[in-house]
Amino acid sequence: MTLLSLQGITRRYGGLVAVDTIDLEVAEGGVTAVIGPNGAGKTTLFNLISGFQTPNAGRIVFAGEDITARLPEQIAASGLVRTFQLVQLFQNLSVLENIQVGCHLHTRGGVFSALMRSRGTRQTEREVETRARELLDFVGLEGAAEAEASALAYGQQRLLEIARALAAKPKLLLLDEPAAGLSADESKRLSAAIRAIAARGTTVLLIEHDMKLVMNTADTIAVLDFGRKIAEGAPAAVRENSAVIAAYLGVGHA
Amino acid sequence: MRRGLAALPWAVACAMLAYAFIAGGYFVTIMSFAMIYAVFIIGLNVFMGFAGQVSFGHNAFAALSGYTSAVLTATYNWEPIAAFAVGLGLALLVALVVGWPTLRLKGHYLAMATLAIGLIVYEIAIQWQSMTQGYMGISGIAPLGIGGYEIVSERVKLFVLMMFVVLSTFAAARLRASRFGRALAAIAGSEDAARALGIEVARYKLAAFLVSAAYAALAGSLFVHVVEFVSPEVFGLHMVVLAFTMLYVGGIGTIGGPILGAVIVSLLPEVFRGLKDYQDLFYGAGLILLLIYAPKGLAGLGNLMSRGGKT
Repeated sequence: MTLLSLQGITRRYGGLVAVDTIDLEVAEGGVTAVIGPNGAGKTTLFNLISGFQTPNAGRIVFAGEDITARLPEQIAASGLVRTFQLVQLFQNLSVLENIQVGCHLHTRGGVFSALMRSRGTRQTEREVETRARELLDFVGLEGAAEAEASALAYGQQRLLEIARALAAKPKLLLLDEPAAGLSADESKRLSAAIRAIAARGTTVLLIEHDMKLVMNTADTIAVLDFGRKIAEGAPAAVRENSAVIAAYLGVGHA
Repeated sequence: MRRGLAALPWAVACAMLAYAFIAGGYFVTIMSFAMIYAVFIIGLNVFMGFAGQVSFGHNAFAALSGYTSAVLTATYNWEPIAAFAVGLGLALLVALVVGWPTLRLKGHYLAMATLAIGLIVYEIAIQWQSMTQGYMGISGIAPLGIGGYEIVSERVKLFVLMMFVVLSTFAAARLRASRFGRALAAIAGSEDAARALGIEVARYKLAAFLVSAAYAALAGSLFVHVVEFVSPEVFGLHMVVLAFTMLYVGGIGTIGGPILGAVIVSLLPEVFRGLKDYQDLFYGAGLILLLIYAPKGLAGLGNLMSRGGKT
């Protein structure tokens, strides 16, 4: 079953077509990767899906609903949660609190419930903390719960951002270059974490430069070049695709 | 050593408040003003410290509520608490009208709008003479009190103001340690990441703005009842400058910072007075040094040496 469907998505910046009539289907379950050389339009595509930019043409359907014109917070509420290429942690909050923010969509309460702090509110707060600690365990950061987010090493910050996104219980998790800046060892652990997320029933769509990570992690790969989709399929098939090799190594090598 | 340094500003603040009760007179007035400012800054801290926004115009909300309290009690003989309810309502209404459109925009539109509202309310206080008596100001305002009982003793007034500060701090601490407070901190950290987690940024900014306006309104009304007089200068731009100084000296974004900032900064003119012509120079230099070496203010002194002097 299709969870996310892009239908002829186009985004232009002046004369430049960053994303050119792209069709993409992301099936429910498993890991789908979007790859492509620098400037291929991957990050723009992610911004369009997550509502941070709006397409000039085309439709985005998520879980049977048209989300093309929706705002990022509305898209998040419908179950599509993203991370950022440059880690966007809440530096002023502790590691644990960062994940607690992730639970925002699944809890209620504003100024008055904060001031009253009723039994129900306290109960919810305990549940939020329990869930946040579980997710810290899941990404292996349980020892750093009380640390300031900014005190974490870069690789840990990436894992924290993923844990925070998971706290929002997404149906589809968008990871924007999660391995950027990671060591080979960290990248391997990240790959295992992504497989574990998929195994727990969250569909993952990721953009990545790290070929090794993509080949080892993704079930399906879509390849972009100059804003167009040039190939799609299983990792092994994409690796042999001549258009893909040309895009990455230059035409002469094909 | 570190713990000692963290406790030092608290020790000074407590000692000064205690001293005020013993010494009485002028010193009680200084500390009473400090407590009123503390209420104002605790609120400003919700908007600027927790949510990371900027407002140059919260003096407008203090003025709106302060003048409402003044006019209703002095001219129409209302009960202070009833007058405050009207003043609070008016301040919140104006905050809503200013905040609703501007908080939807990114950047410094709100800061500019707040600056404007501060200046506009100041001008109204001067020009609307039939109601505010212009520069002359309004005297004969009911003293702090409830249900016919009026507080006469300056020391008791100070004590009551301290209770207001305790309650205000308690409320701010509860706000901070909640879903609401975390959402504000998320917005301060990264608006994009907050939106990506489903936080309605504009709505939360507006809520924080209204909360801080309510604190400002309370401070404004407390002021006019304590002094029993109000004039436009009371809520002028210097109030914004002083509040900013107190907020940054005390420690923006912290729970205890506003109290420390209000008490310590209120004391500084008294300390530097002995330096006569040089007092402004020392005052300025002291502030700059503090902001360089203790960017989290007095409330953050304990962390000063924890990580090579950073954060």
